[in-house]
Amino acid sequence: MSVAPMSAPSMTAHEREEIETHEQRALGFWLYLMGDAVIFALLFATYAIMIPGTDGGPTGKELFELDNAAIETALLLVSSMTFGFASLQVKAGNRGAVLLWLAITFVLGAAFVFLEVREFAGMIAKGAGPDRSGFLSAFFTLVGTHGVHVTMGLIWIVVLGAQVALKGLTLPVASRLYRLGLFWHFLDIAWVGIFSIVYLPGLL
Amino acid sequence: MFGKLTIEALPLYSPIAAGGAAVTVGGALLVAIVLTYLKAWKYLWTDWLTSVDHKRIGIMYVVLALIMLLRGFVDALMMRAQQAMALNSGGYLPPEHFDQIFSSHGTIMIFFMAMPFMTGLMNVIVPLQIGTRDVAFPWLNAVSLWLSAAGAALVMVSLVIGKFSTAGWTGYPPYSGIEYNPGVGVDYWIWAILISGVGSTMSGINFIVTILKRRAPGMTLMRMTPFVWTALVASVLMAFAFPAITVACGLLALDRLAGMHFFTNAHGGNMMNYVNLFWIWGHPEVYILILPAFGIFSEVVSTFSRKRLFGYESLVYATAAIGILSFTVWLHHFFTMGSSANVNAFFGVMTMIIAVPTGVKVFNWLLTMYRGRIEFHPSMMWSIGFIVTFVIGGMTGVLLAIPPADFLMHNTTFLVAHFHNMIIPGVLFGYLAGYMYWFPKAFGFAFHRGWGLGAFWCWIIGFYLAFMPLYLLGLKGMPRRMETYNDPTWQPYLLVAASGALVVLCGIGCMVMQLYVSIRDRAKTRDLTGDPFDGRTLEWSTSSPPPPYNFAVIPTVGDREAFLEMKEKGIAYRRPAAYEPIRIPSNTPIGVILGAFGFVLGFAMVWHIWWLVLASGLVLFAAVIVRSSNDDQEFTMSAAEVKAIEDQRYRQLGSRS
Repeated sequence: MSVAPMSAPSMTAHEREEIETHEQRALGFWLYLMGDAVIFALLFATYAIMIPGTDGGPTGKELFELDNAAIETALLLVSSMTFGFASLQVKAGNRGAVLLWLAITFVLGAAFVFLEVREFAGMIAKGAGPDRSGFLSAFFTLVGTHGVHVTMGLIWIVVLGAQVALKGLTLPVASRLYRLGLFWHFLDIAWVGIFSIVYLPGLL
Repeated sequence: MFGKLTIEALPLYSPIAAGGAAVTVGGALLVAIVLTYLKAWKYLWTDWLTSVDHKRIGIMYVVLALIMLLRGFVDALMMRAQQAMALNSGGYLPPEHFDQIFSSHGTIMIFFMAMPFMTGLMNVIVPLQIGTRDVAFPWLNAVSLWLSAAGAALVMVSLVIGKFSTAGWTGYPPYSGIEYNPGVGVDYWIWAILISGVGSTMSGINFIVTILKRRAPGMTLMRMTPFVWTALVASVLMAFAFPAITVACGLLALDRLAGMHFFTNAHGGNMMNYVNLFWIWGHPEVYILILPAFGIFSEVVSTFSRKRLFGYESLVYATAAIGILSFTVWLHHFFTMGSSANVNAFFGVMTMIIAVPTGVKVFNWLLTMYRGRIEFHPSMMWSIGFIVTFVIGGMTGVLLAIPPADFLMHNTTFLVAHFHNMIIPGVLFGYLAGYMYWFPKAFGFAFHRGWGLGAFWCWIIGFYLAFMPLYLLGLKGMPRRMETYNDPTWQPYLLVAASGALVVLCGIGCMVMQLYVSIRDRAKTRDLTGDPFDGRTLEWSTSSPPPPYNFAVIPTVGDREAFLEMKEKGIAYRRPAAYEPIRIPSNTPIGVILGAFGFVLGFAMVWHIWWLVLASGLVLFAAVIVRSSNDDQEFTMSAAEVKAIEDQRYRQLGSRS
């Protein structure tokens, strides 16, 4: 999936330069995501070594609910698909459909964040907050970091939605939507890691 | 309203601390008065602070590094004086103050001297050497600069308002945790590192993309200069190692602010996890700093030996090998953690292996000099001094790589001597070599050689005097960071070490004089050709200082030593038939704004001023959103304007011949 058609001989030097600029931004964003992946990797490792550090407090088995995690997973995975539809509509140049799919993605992402906040609030109410034990510190930080990322993604969707509405699907806007897509799909991958390393082993 | 901040935060607890605060405030006021007197504020703002030109950003980075070098060196002098005096007495510094000084010395020298110095030299030179007009992300580059400056400013402000960390530059918990360190010192340290670390990560990304995507036509990977290669590998390490210190400091901040238990003694915390996270960044960091210096030595040795670099390919592969291996040795910083013998053995062996590619490079430089026509320019002297001194440090490093030996020397002054023996010749001498080598390129006039040589001799003699005694003291069992001691046999060595610090002070005096004399005589020493050293690489093919667009016509590269080849073929200064308009990124205040509010955010976090955290966070957010929605970030310089600048350049070239 590239931002724009490869440079054709008919293009002016300026147009070619502009396309190169957006290709460079895509590479830069990939590198940022890899750095972000290092952050998640270290938080995963920290979580893994802190599972035994419950300090006599509640364990994952007592706290996690598979239903909630399953719904969260479904919401996020479907939102990735709806973002994919938005990307297809960017290529087709269909402004209204892009906005529609972005709105659906936003709703799904917001529902995910809502469920996560509700889960966190419930745990804190039960006395299982992040200051209860090393294990819970690691849990809240790992899952919360992902949640903060999703929230940032939601704000980004709003900003780019406004740009699509005001500016149309120009080359710079399309290139930003491309990078938002990378970010949004990356959060899916991180969540798959959380589901398989935090929730499933915690419950089994 | 002001969180934990009260009038008590002023450093009136000791006359020395108050003096340090007075010097800091006075220095800032003096600069402000001079700028006002010269009516230079507008010039400073429009031409420098808001600039996104990589050359200007690079120069500002180096200025930041030199200022912080002074501050870090004053810390060093104070420590040496304290230890020279403190036999069976308290010396002149109370323990609390001494601890702040060694903490700020290390923090400043690594994060706010070495990192900006390296990033600055990379900024000035890398785009010129690969034949491009700017870095890939010019305004992000400015943001990186101003976030680094914000971190440095936080460290400086801690002199005046509150205290700095007493937990050393590594900030190990549980001592750095809230239970044992409830003050603001550790928070200053955390936020200075977190904020500047974001800048470093983005610099790394910026330079990877710049080097991979913006090289001039014909410049294949194996035609890149050694400095560009080392900058590329260092940038990869920056992009992928800095997230680790972000995690380490971030989790420590959560422990301190939110009462979490990542690294606490009780409640399921695991403090050794911090040490691992810190050094997963910390060891690559050593190579982030030293690889670009290796690149500079390679350029300098080749230019001043008038020879092609010996074994270019082996140097490139050695650089890449070091880049990978640097992620596999972090545990050698804490063999005493108590891992199993097998784990320690693995990291010991890896540490010895990483010495091999470094050794390869020493032979690259030696054999480049062999039968070369060596010119003893100050940069060349730094390089020769580096090779001799660095080999000693390398050998003590291999000694420390043996876990049983490390158990004996861990946290003694032997270790202190070892890492200074790597970082002063390996990193600082490299940057100073680059600083003296590229100064005429950046400013367009010569850098005084005599004072440069003086600086070199004072630094190297001072270095040996200051650190060789510490090796011996370490073998005698002296722990690092001692505020006082009662073994009279240590004092003679500490007196010699203190005298070494004074000799280094003379070296710094020479550096100041070098700047003064060079600027004073600039009209007589103009560099009209842009090529004062008969250079071999593309940065010497433009004027000094280079025009805003670097190259009126992007060069086509046919050889590893691209400019030398052009000169040999007689096409080096050929004028193009016509010029084309050039797109140049516009200046923007957004970098300064993000840096300023980054500083405010950090300060508010340190003092728990929550409304200010929220307000500055919102400003940062809004500024990023506004900027990122802006599609028009460039202006066009017309062909006529380009021609006017180039005409002047050719008049200068003509006036010389």
